[in-house]
Amino acid sequence: MSEHLLNDPTLIFLGLLIPLLPLVGFLINGLLSKFLPRGSAGWIGSGVVLASFICVVFIFKSVGPTDMIHIDLFNWIAVSGIDISFGIHIDPLTIIMMLVVTGVGFLIHLYSIGYMHDDEGFNRFFTYLNLFIFFMLLLVMGSNYLVMFIGWEGVGLCSYLLIGFWFKNEAYNDAAQKAFVMNRIGDLGFLLGMFFILFNFGTLEFNIVQKLASGLTPDSTILITITLLLFVGAIGKSAQLPLYTWLPDAMAGPTPVSALIHAATMVTAGVYMIVRSNVLFAMAPATMTIILFIGVTTSVFAAFIGLKQNDIKKILAYSTVSQLGLMFAALGLGAFSSGIFHLVTHAFFKALLFLGAGSVIHALHGEQDVRNMGGLRKLIPITFITMLIASLAIAGFPLLSGFFSKDEILAHAYEANKPVWIILSFSSFLTAFYMFRLIYLTFYNTFRGTEETKSHVHESPWTMTVPLIILCALSIFGGLLGLPEVFSEHHWLDSYLSGVTGGSVPFLHHGEHLSHGMELGLMSLAGFGAILVILYARNRYIKLHQLPPDETALKGFEKLIYHKFYVDELYEKFISQPVFRLSEFTGNWIDKFIIDRVVNGSGWLVDFSGRTLRLLQSGNTGFYVFAMVIGMVVLFIIRLLI
Amino acid sequence: MGPVEQIVPLNWYIVLSTFLFCIGVMGVLFRRNAIIILMCIEIMLNSVNLLLVSFSAYTGNSDGQVFVFFTMVVAAAEVAVGLALMMSIYRNIGSTDIDVLNKLKW
Amino acid sequence: MITLLLLFFPLAAAAFVFLADHKLAAKLALGFAVIELAISGYAVSKFLKEGSEAFFVFKPWISYPKISFHLAVDGLSLLMILLTNFLVPIIILSAFNRVIKNAKSYFALILTMQFALLGVFMAMDGLLYYIFWELALIPIYFIALQWGGENRVAITLKFFIYTLAGSLLMLFGFIMLYWYNPAHSFDIRELYNSVVSEKNQSWLFWMFFLAFAIKIPIVPFHTWQADTYRESPTQGTMLLSGIMLKMGTYSLIRWLLPVLPLGVAQWGPLAIALCVIGIVYASIIAIKQKNLKNLLAYSSLAHVGLISAGIFALNIEGLQGSVVQMIAHGINVVGLFFCADIIFNRTGSQDVYGLGGIRNKAPMFTTVFMVILLGSIALPLTNGFIGEFLLLYGVYEYNTWLSAFAALTIILGAVYMLRMFKKVMLGPTSLRAEGFTDLQWNEMLALGLIVVLVIVMGVYPKPILQLAEPALQLILNKSIN
Repeated sequence: MSEHLLNDPTLIFLGLLIPLLPLVGFLINGLLSKFLPRGSAGWIGSGVVLASFICVVFIFKSVGPTDMIHIDLFNWIAVSGIDISFGIHIDPLTIIMMLVVTGVGFLIHLYSIGYMHDDEGFNRFFTYLNLFIFFMLLLVMGSNYLVMFIGWEGVGLCSYLLIGFWFKNEAYNDAAQKAFVMNRIGDLGFLLGMFFILFNFGTLEFNIVQKLASGLTPDSTILITITLLLFVGAIGKSAQLPLYTWLPDAMAGPTPVSALIHAATMVTAGVYMIVRSNVLFAMAPATMTIILFIGVTTSVFAAFIGLKQNDIKKILAYSTVSQLGLMFAALGLGAFSSGIFHLVTHAFFKALLFLGAGSVIHALHGEQDVRNMGGLRKLIPITFITMLIASLAIAGFPLLSGFFSKDEILAHAYEANKPVWIILSFSSFLTAFYMFRLIYLTFYNTFRGTEETKSHVHESPWTMTVPLIILCALSIFGGLLGLPEVFSEHHWLDSYLSGVTGGSVPFLHHGEHLSHGMELGLMSLAGFGAILVILYARNRYIKLHQLPPDETALKGFEKLIYHKFYVDELYEKFISQPVFRLSEFTGNWIDKFIIDRVVNGSGWLVDFSGRTLRLLQSGNTGFYVFAMVIGMVVLFIIRLLI
Repeated sequence: MGPVEQIVPLNWYIVLSTFLFCIGVMGVLFRRNAIIILMCIEIMLNSVNLLLVSFSAYTGNSDGQVFVFFTMVVAAAEVAVGLALMMSIYRNIGSTDIDVLNKLKW
Repeated sequence: MITLLLLFFPLAAAAFVFLADHKLAAKLALGFAVIELAISGYAVSKFLKEGSEAFFVFKPWISYPKISFHLAVDGLSLLMILLTNFLVPIIILSAFNRVIKNAKSYFALILTMQFALLGVFMAMDGLLYYIFWELALIPIYFIALQWGGENRVAITLKFFIYTLAGSLLMLFGFIMLYWYNPAHSFDIRELYNSVVSEKNQSWLFWMFFLAFAIKIPIVPFHTWQADTYRESPTQGTMLLSGIMLKMGTYSLIRWLLPVLPLGVAQWGPLAIALCVIGIVYASIIAIKQKNLKNLLAYSSLAHVGLISAGIFALNIEGLQGSVVQMIAHGINVVGLFFCADIIFNRTGSQDVYGLGGIRNKAPMFTTVFMVILLGSIALPLTNGFIGEFLLLYGVYEYNTWLSAFAALTIILGAVYMLRMFKKVMLGPTSLRAEGFTDLQWNEMLALGLIVVLVIVMGVYPKPILQLAEPALQLILNKSIN
């Protein structure tokens, strides 16, 4: 827990400026874009994010591991029972996230200026991107769950808008809608989780909740319920099993969007949320086991699917799902700072991979199928080299960023649970394989597309290559954030975050600490494995010139993973279709033929009885008089009897 | 207590009224001529009037007699309208037999 | 005085508009409605300074049975009045640039409707309230009958009889209440303090509840709704969905909970279950509706189901949520129906499946539509979120599982709204959307105001919550004793 409350007005001002700048950018781009010269939206959009980034760096410099800044803007929802403020909270965890969001965010903004240059929705694109940065910052800066929830749903909205950015295409709109709805399923869990927290703790402020929670008995039902519900939210947002299918479809959006939202920032919100409430989670071991299970399963499951995809962005999308699974596995093991470490390095190299893929697509004028690429190494060298390094990083090539962050998680797995370690190692070898399958198919051998396309291939403009190079440097050196104890005095990120994650330490079960020798052994094992896998891929795709076969030629397991285990089809058949049919059934049958029939039936009954009873009106006076007398006699008799 | 009551007990009036009323009812039920039916209704009304007056005298309360005036006025009006209707019907149809007068139905 | 001015100004305005020229009618009506809005603005400042005493009007009217002309305004009423007086100008504005035959009667009826609605929100005597309640039915009946769509005759008849049947039950309930309460009075103060036996409250509950449930409507008393919304002219639909159904939810709070606490204690669980089932039921039906207005009608049904559920949860969060959501829903639904009207006006179609690609032609309209739609699906920082959060939390405090079930609305709401938006607004330009022109000034003004409110209320709902809190707390204390 953070101890020092900083009250420096400069810092508070900077803290407020961080989310406000992108909001201002959004408003300018959104409302005034008609009056601005074409193209200026890109520079405005990038500028405000850069300014935010500078503010974050200033704050980073002055906030130590145990410091925090707390700003209560105003009472947002205040009813007699509950009082939720619109508060901002900055501590080391927030700063790390802000650095990633604004830093990587700025690079991607810059890249988009080149990438979206010819798009008619240029201004709109930057409007949405700025809005996204604003919501993402709100998500990580919120001082309570509800403010986080604003960001949480807000980024979902931006994701929806950006996936369906090319709104004339029906399939893209479907993908956008799917993403929003699946996120909402998770959000339902989050919302209910908040209700439980609010009801049991009387507040939604992170710090107070964590303090109050640590006074409860660990493993109590209420803690398990809360954490499970919050985790459902994380599943939806971070594309874990079983709610991951929206993320591959989300690749319909422009590539910078995939890099920013669906790789580096938004999808990691689930990881952030769990680390933010680490005390709650650490006190609910049952939930931790479920997180571990889902993380590990997702990691392998998605890695398998990634093996057989042919769309360059889809490969990366499944890789993202798999890597997110790895992060959740880390969280499930209680290694919160390792999860964040991998989140950061992943943001670097995955953003780079997506941007590189974007650069390839840009060069090939929209071609995304790796079967139609090849030999691009010489034609777009900067893209090639940066992407190669990013692939090495994600594959766990020794001394690159991914190597350290992944190794840390594997080491934790080895300590705690050997089968998990084996599965995760296997999954990371799969990663190495499909990444190099991508690299070899795209950049090596000869070009497989048409000559005409080839003649137009060109390296991207500087606005696109500069972000690639910077991210490449980060992918190489990002590991420095968390050098293991073997190499350095102490683990920098771990100690920087200790103020945040410290509260959960007493509740975590610790295995015996690994000896340095063992740690080195594990590292070299992982490194060697990765290299071997890369060599195997090289053999297969360069020496033997293998190409991905047509889908008709696939059999058995290969066919199964090519079709993504048919999960989409299953969901369509067993969830979407039944809901639609239920909707038609209730609308056309229950509503119209039962309920409305009852209503109309009562009207009909009155009408019918009128038509029937009027027959008594025979016109025969004698009959009337007779009936009258009989009636009177009957009444008299009744009166006498009663 | 007036002298009349001492001579004729209340029960006699009640019995007489009941008989008159029943005669009226039977007439209305079984006769076919509308004019006779009207007259039978008058008999019923008058039987009730008789009863009202006798009770009024019996209890020494004048409310009953006031009611009789009401009834007589209403009955007179009714007979006036009723007979006028009958006249009109007779002119048009040539009969006042209620079995013929059954056009007013559903 | 301010109370009487507030109440009778629209009536006088209606008379004036009725006597005016057809061409001038719309402008005159708008002018009067804006003046009325200004009066209510003044009323708010007066309320903040002097409290509700300044609005108290009490005149004995009929001595036996004891009926009095008793008007009062508390925070709850004031918010409802504000909602009405804000929406009526918007509704009138939405009729600008449209061809309306016999315009002066049309606008006069709208203003009469405003008068009756304000009466409902201010009346504090049972019978007076009942008179306003029934009075509100008359203008809307004529609006729907005279200016409605093809099947208007049959559908307005059904609507009229349906709601009238409910109202008569309520009248009977009021008469029973008059006899059962020791003070023999219709006055709300006496009713709040009277003790009616539990057995009688149990009967009375159903009489009142049915009347309100039909008006709100709560499933399964809703089948008049979708048809009426579809066949009414747009302004009629807006009046119905934006304000008139708030009469039902308002009355639940004002006349049902505190007057019949024992009845509510007995039957509340059943009522809340009906409401929650209604939410999911309506949401599911909405997914596959082919007609745009029908879809919006079912979505509205789902929303008011949640509002009613929050009311029956009998806690301050639920009540506060219901008030916020009544206002939010009123604003959003008027905006949505206006958007539907704009689409119908330009393309001649309400068929969700037959439209598409409007965005390509009208980006401004699309943005505005999107924001209102987001408010309707309760995205944080829009007005719908504040309401739904408090409502669901209120229901959660009542029962966890019920809340989880009710919260399905946030998923299903996203499904049907986004599906509709996708089919109508996105995709390649459909034949009907060719020549779709972007917003005109009156549309821009009306929708712009709505959009601003959607966001402002979502970011800073505190004034509304503060205004409503004392009144609701009072009512709640009466209701749970």
